[in-house]
Amino acid sequence: MIFSYDLLINAIVSGILIGGFYAAVSCGITISFGILDIVNIAHPGFIILGSYVVYIVNAATGLDPILTAIVMTPAFYVLGVGMYQVYYVSFEKRGQESLRGLAFFFGVLFITEVSLILYFGVDYRYVDAPYIGPTLHFGEIGLPLRMLVPCLVSLLLIAVLQLILTRTFIGRAIMAVSQDQLALRLMAVDPIRIKRIAFGISIATASLAGAFLIIIQPVEPSVGREYIGRIFAICVLGGMGSLPGTIIAAMLIGIVESLTSTFYGPSWAPAVSFGFLLLTLAVRPAGLLGR
Amino acid sequence: MNGAGAKTDLLQVENLSKRFGGFVALDNISLSVAPGERLGLIGPNGSGKSTLVNCICGTLRNEQGSVRFDGQTLDGLEAHQRTHRGLSRSFQLPRPFVSLSLIDNIRIPLLYTVTARGTHHAAGVIEDRCADLLREVGLEAKARQLPRDLTQVEMRKLELARAMAAEPKLLIADEAMAGLTHSEVEEILALLVRLNEQGVTIILIEHIMRAVMSFSRRLVVLVSGKKIADGQPDDVMRDPEVERAYLG
Amino acid sequence: MRTPVFLLIWFAIAGAIFGAAMAFDNDYVFFAGYVIMQYIVLSTAWNILGGYCGYVNFGSAAFFALGAYSTVAIYKYTTGGDEPSTFSMPIPFLMLIGGAVSAAVGFGMGYLTLRLRGAFFAIATLALAVVLETLVVNWDYVGGSRGAYIIRPEDIWPIGNYIRYLFLMMMLLAVAAMTIARLIERSRLGYGFATIRDDELAAEASGVPTLRLKLIATTISGGLMGMAGAPFPYYIAFLQPDSTFGLDYAVNSIAMPLIGGTTSWVGPLIGTLLLGSLQQIATVTISSAVNLLIVGILLVFFVVVAPNGIVGLFHTYFQRKPEEFVGRRRVDADAPGTVP
Repeated sequence: MIFSYDLLINAIVSGILIGGFYAAVSCGITISFGILDIVNIAHPGFIILGSYVVYIVNAATGLDPILTAIVMTPAFYVLGVGMYQVYYVSFEKRGQESLRGLAFFFGVLFITEVSLILYFGVDYRYVDAPYIGPTLHFGEIGLPLRMLVPCLVSLLLIAVLQLILTRTFIGRAIMAVSQDQLALRLMAVDPIRIKRIAFGISIATASLAGAFLIIIQPVEPSVGREYIGRIFAICVLGGMGSLPGTIIAAMLIGIVESLTSTFYGPSWAPAVSFGFLLLTLAVRPAGLLGR
Repeated sequence: MNGAGAKTDLLQVENLSKRFGGFVALDNISLSVAPGERLGLIGPNGSGKSTLVNCICGTLRNEQGSVRFDGQTLDGLEAHQRTHRGLSRSFQLPRPFVSLSLIDNIRIPLLYTVTARGTHHAAGVIEDRCADLLREVGLEAKARQLPRDLTQVEMRKLELARAMAAEPKLLIADEAMAGLTHSEVEEILALLVRLNEQGVTIILIEHIMRAVMSFSRRLVVLVSGKKIADGQPDDVMRDPEVERAYLG
Repeated sequence: MRTPVFLLIWFAIAGAIFGAAMAFDNDYVFFAGYVIMQYIVLSTAWNILGGYCGYVNFGSAAFFALGAYSTVAIYKYTTGGDEPSTFSMPIPFLMLIGGAVSAAVGFGMGYLTLRLRGAFFAIATLALAVVLETLVVNWDYVGGSRGAYIIRPEDIWPIGNYIRYLFLMMMLLAVAAMTIARLIERSRLGYGFATIRDDELAAEASGVPTLRLKLIATTISGGLMGMAGAPFPYYIAFLQPDSTFGLDYAVNSIAMPLIGGTTSWVGPLIGTLLLGSLQQIATVTISSAVNLLIVGILLVFFVVVAPNGIVGLFHTYFQRKPEEFVGRRRVDADAPGTVP
């Protein structure tokens, strides 16, 4: 283990940058699990789907991945709405969401992953964009643009989400639906419709997260599996329904992973987020900023 | 009377407080119940009655205050341990075991609570006791059916029967009579009186005033998480503060 | 039916199956059969915690792999390397050791996470699988990421080659697993599990020590999965972490009971036979990726359309009153497992 301040600083910076990306990946879960209490383990599957969509468009037309993802957001939103409808009718209404709901999403994750394998094969795919490649340098600190750009856009995405949740009527209804459904009904707002919208938004974020992912690293269908634990770890650590908490938790995990990888080797990195998760669940399930 | 209670009290609640985030559900409640007593607990919806029951029975943890039962503290004990000690409750919204038949629902407290106290019954005895309890609430005909086949009213009766199956020293009946007809209310009241005569202390939480007044020997009123009255039913009902807060 | 009779019948069936397989004299039958028996154990074990108690375990692979890697560790210790040795620990012992290790880990993890809601437990089990995989990958003694080679011992008389012996052992384990599941179902423990599944709060209020029961379920479930994993290194001869810890084990051990039916020991058996055969056919005729697609689709289909699985469909179709899904017998309060 060679220790140098150079390495340390770069590891931390790298961790922050990837933390920003992790936040985008997890914000969907913050909404679906943190606020709506739906354990959507299929979320990474949708992210990978997003990556592949961006890949196809980029390979065919050279269109910028992030732009593509933004354009695709409505489609993912509709997908999310559809999924919630199935989930609601099959499970929530019948009160069986614990066992069967979990199994449902697990099945969906598998279907998504295997369908992608069957269609695209297991080769790694990547995209082309002007900011993939160059690196900004500030003294000894290197800021690869392929990580900086997704990080910045992620933070923007989360800021927009937070504005929606706190300033718009729909957003506040979404926050309310997790706390008091009866009050919503009394205000002539259908809680089910609100949850549908919220879940739709949650899946819509997967489109952008997918674009970020394939910008940062090459993607193949089973990459999603690494993220299952990460996103739930970040959501729980961040205090469940809190977007600011998500950012902090994401950065924290990003930094610890980066340090572990740099100084102990990349083969230990997967254990970091999952280890965090186990620790958090065992010690402080309310998370850092928990309610 | 403010609940300072005698040493021989069966249940002693002292300075119990419970908050949910910023919301104070229970504010410094003190209450005691003597063995064999029939206590009525009333209050508007949302006043904290069920929260109080949950804290006493261990389903929720109170931040402050303590609960003593039968001379021993209950603090820190899990709900099932409190049930083993002799506390039993029915839920305001019935919570039957949906995949078990009625008779199996009744069987659970017998298998897990009564045996935990060291009474070992043979299988046949358990079966008979379950049938007896169902008969007491008039559900013996549906013994082998599932809870989903019951009406709301029948579910409340099942709920009560299951609470009774734990052979408690103190039974808390949380709105067991909601939705019952006049004669059904009488039936349940008679059942509770019988239980009480057999030595079971009873706390009755109800909105049906006539039932509460006829049953209770003492009345406690909860409003917005505070206890505002505790005494003889007639005195309490004449208390102007009670009139204002609850009836007004 | 009393348990000894049940056991006898199934031993007879197992004997008949083994005899038929020996007569057929084709090793493929034993290879494929081993996998099916293994999954009967895994899905029955999963169902004890998942179907009976309602707590979903996504980490079946972790417990399975713990059993497998216990065997590898013992193998490395007794052979001192990659050479075949004259001594190889008998499978039943390996099963017991692998089972004990898994059971201990199951207990430990349960202790940390079972106080939380079922959803958190499920996520924690996912985390466990990855943490354990990372530990194994970094532990060179058992081969690390390179994998571990295990040399199968010579033929065992009078059975023949080692694979046939493994198949027999796994089949006996499957019979044991089903018997244990059935015993639990019909005992006081089974009632307790059902209350946890139906309404944990009400269960506590009725005096059921829910945490203790959940720990028991996790320990038994994890232990059985470890026992299923113990012979695996000998079966596969080359053990790699990424396939041993794969999510395939998780999805199969969840899909098989959910498709077969979660409320009784019969469900996992039916689900395994059905899904296992389908997968073998698909692998041989189409490809092994389609395999998992089938599992995923069937899982989603059954969970949405027929939540009580095939056993549930059977009950509905034959109009049997599903009066008691648990324990149709009288239960003597202080003797769990007694069947009059």
